[in-house]
Amino acid sequence: MNVIYTDVLVIGGGLAGLRIGIGAKRRGHDVTILSLVPPKRSHSAAAQGGMQASLGNVVKAMGDNEDVHFEDTVRGSDWGADQRVVRMFVDTAPKAVRELAAWGVPWSRVQKGDRQVIINAQKVTITERDEAHGLVMQRDFGGTKKSRACYVSDGTGHAMLYAMSDQAIAHAITVHERMEALALIHDGSRCYGAVARNLVTGELVAYVAKATAIASGGAGRLYRATTNAVICEGIGTALALETGVAAVANMEAIQFHPTAIFPASILVTEGCRGDGGLLRDAAGKRFMPDYEPEKKELASRDVVARRMEEHIRRGAGVKSRFGEHLWLDITLLGAKHINSNLREVKEICQYFLGIDPIKDWIPVRPAQHYTMGGVRTDHTGGSPTLKGLYAAGEAACWDLHGFNRLGGNSVAETVVGGMIVGEFIADFCDRPESDLQLSTGLIREFLEHEQAKLDALAAGNGSEDANALRARMQEIMTSKVGIFRTGDDLAAAVEELQSLLRRSRNIGLRYTARGANPELVSAYRLPKMLRLALCVAHGALIRTESRGAHFRQDYPRRNDAEWLHRTLATWKNADDTLPTLAREPLDVMQMELPPGWRGYGAKDYVDHPDTPRRAAEVEAIRTKLAGAARAAVQDALMPCATLLPQRFRGPNERIDEPFAPPAAPRQSTSPT
Amino acid sequence: MTESAAMPSQSISPESAQRKVRISVLRYNPQERGSVPRMQTYELEEADGMTLFIALNEIREKQDASLQFDFVCRAGICGSCAMVINGRPGLACRTLTRSLGSEITLAPLPVFELIADLSVNTGKWMRAMSERLQAWVHMKQIEVDISRLEERMEPELAQKIYELDRCIECGCCVAGCGTARMREDFVGAVGLNKIARFRLDPRDARTDADFYELVGDDSGVFGCMSLLACHDVCPKALPLATQIAFVRRKMAGAGWK
Repeated sequence: MNVIYTDVLVIGGGLAGLRIGIGAKRRGHDVTILSLVPPKRSHSAAAQGGMQASLGNVVKAMGDNEDVHFEDTVRGSDWGADQRVVRMFVDTAPKAVRELAAWGVPWSRVQKGDRQVIINAQKVTITERDEAHGLVMQRDFGGTKKSRACYVSDGTGHAMLYAMSDQAIAHAITVHERMEALALIHDGSRCYGAVARNLVTGELVAYVAKATAIASGGAGRLYRATTNAVICEGIGTALALETGVAAVANMEAIQFHPTAIFPASILVTEGCRGDGGLLRDAAGKRFMPDYEPEKKELASRDVVARRMEEHIRRGAGVKSRFGEHLWLDITLLGAKHINSNLREVKEICQYFLGIDPIKDWIPVRPAQHYTMGGVRTDHTGGSPTLKGLYAAGEAACWDLHGFNRLGGNSVAETVVGGMIVGEFIADFCDRPESDLQLSTGLIREFLEHEQAKLDALAAGNGSEDANALRARMQEIMTSKVGIFRTGDDLAAAVEELQSLLRRSRNIGLRYTARGANPELVSAYRLPKMLRLALCVAHGALIRTESRGAHFRQDYPRRNDAEWLHRTLATWKNADDTLPTLAREPLDVMQMELPPGWRGYGAKDYVDHPDTPRRAAEVEAIRTKLAGAARAAVQDALMPCATLLPQRFRGPNERIDEPFAPPAAPRQSTSPT
Repeated sequence: MTESAAMPSQSISPESAQRKVRISVLRYNPQERGSVPRMQTYELEEADGMTLFIALNEIREKQDASLQFDFVCRAGICGSCAMVINGRPGLACRTLTRSLGSEITLAPLPVFELIADLSVNTGKWMRAMSERLQAWVHMKQIEVDISRLEERMEPELAQKIYELDRCIECGCCVAGCGTARMREDFVGAVGLNKIARFRLDPRDARTDADFYELVGDDSGVFGCMSLLACHDVCPKALPLATQIAFVRRKMAGAGWK
């Protein structure tokens, strides 16, 4: 038996996984990260436009703070988020940007004085303050009240991932590249690590750990049209699901990004619109103001994506041989701005479309972009049902994003979640309760079970083609579980996905090598992906309301009275073809921001019976504490100051909220 | 600025006659007993907007399930898919087949450990290089108070650092490098660019004397023969030749002291 022991096993080498690793290692725990690819190739690198953190540096961000970021995020989530987690997140996000600044991320910086910007298609001069000069620059993003997205040109994720990965190397963190986790080792109540397969040699290894963290990103590849990298297949999330014990939550909450280039579905950043870019139709008309007079192109992503599809359905799309699309026009931003701030966009247009966005419009259409759901965790990142299992980043349903996440909040979540969950994992590993008591027999059973599955596939007796089944799944998800959903389509999708899952038990391979073998990989991932796809489709079918990115044409209203809860999915038996769904209610009476209108999108929704009562309570507290410090008001509304790990607690300094010269309690960032 | 505008004259998918392309791949799988290096040719119908990413996946799905290659982002940003395309290192995912002739030759990047066919272990090489060059910001102070305002930086300097930070560690510069073919320990343009990047960064406490210890020899900046292929093939158009020349001058200066 090939067994490797590590204190903390992290599955996934992107921003969240690396930051967990650094956090745990700094606290003295041994860390091993498994990654399908070299960490710097992770999909975190694809975040282009920015990371939300309420630094309040630029003029357009004046008055921004944790409270404003909190409200934007909760409204964006369509009240699906865990508001305590949102608080933990918004409080830590500025610290995360500043930590990364210290670690070498070359954040774009504020230049004092005048600069020309485009707002609502008009040239406007903004004068940045002298006292902001040299601080981290920020830009506008959809669904936010302030310019809050900190950025590095349009290579934000790349620069963050490189600085983070470099720090992981500085901390001498072990990374096993091209290692794929196949199953979590557990006994029904405690997770002990994972069985992994070496993608080069095919060898199986058991990693035994006190704590196992899933940080494997999203599941975009369940869909045909997705902006996600080819490695974003949701396998980490599926591993948790396949334990039958850990739950995945809100898988039906899938975000579609408005501006994926057509037809390749490669992302162009929301920063294009944040910086002043417009959406136009076949006639060249700017159509978003007709639908969303207040936020226009900068409503939240779910709203903009739906409006675009609606506009195409009305016949205003541009027809091409691959189907219909709309235009993203950034020509008005000018060559200088595009060449310096939107260079990756320019390269993508050049290489994949053969056009120059300085003078040409970009063909775009919404495509799958983000998985709000994931492994259900509590605020520490731990699974409430499988001890020792943690998750962070896109793979987790921590639940920061609810039913729609804001642009710039995901790359922020990777780092903030990594910081917070890394500390909680270290706390756990410090405690004697994390000591392992397991039999090598259990490890052997898991190894043998996985080996048997691989052997059966390699024996090659089946008749089904894994790639064909997978392509069919992706087609079903894109056509029937997309932006506009109906009960009939969803029922048909669930039916056919179940049939695909049954057929996936009879896969035959053309190439049976046991080492590096992409067809084998595709074959053993397929049932995992199908199970997740079924969680998405079945969850969407059951949820007879519209919330955030989940839009039911037959139930167009948000219905808090019946649906203010998370969908939990577990996979009880390997032979099942449907997940077992359960509800986890959200408590309106605990909310700092009771449900209401988001400020964009539909104004029509059904209130929860508790909402008026809670709204009155909140109002009373606010009136009573009028004039009090905002932290005191916040604490009275929803006490959560003690939820964060000690080292991340406390206020954040801003130009307009300066600290007294003697420093506040020091927080350390890193060694080296 | 009007609400409506005339569409610029452009066409996204110029009509082109369908043609057949022949893709010859240098194949070898060291894991497979009996495997020998050989060229294998696949013929396929070119589709509109077909990139090598699309073409290779189609070959693998329809013609040869054993063909090995690496793609991750398929958008030209992650650096996974560098290979030798018609004799020149480049990113396969963003190479349109129509930009090449109808006979296309693909080979794995040289220098790096071969995994199989077009897949090479750039990750292992890059990690070793990073460790060897200590390619991370060596912070001046152990502790930074992250609840306070971040340290300021001039906007132009941040931009200059980002210019060098855009490297995606794809390995094209190393594959195109004469020295790297002769010296296994050469850190390559990718490594020297990192030295230039950290040298420029005021957050990094190291001095030229420290950097000299890292690259002041033939496995470092003095190993470069100025053949400049790195500069020519860099998919991110990094100013590698200029940076290497600059680092060399600084290191020569540091060496004299």
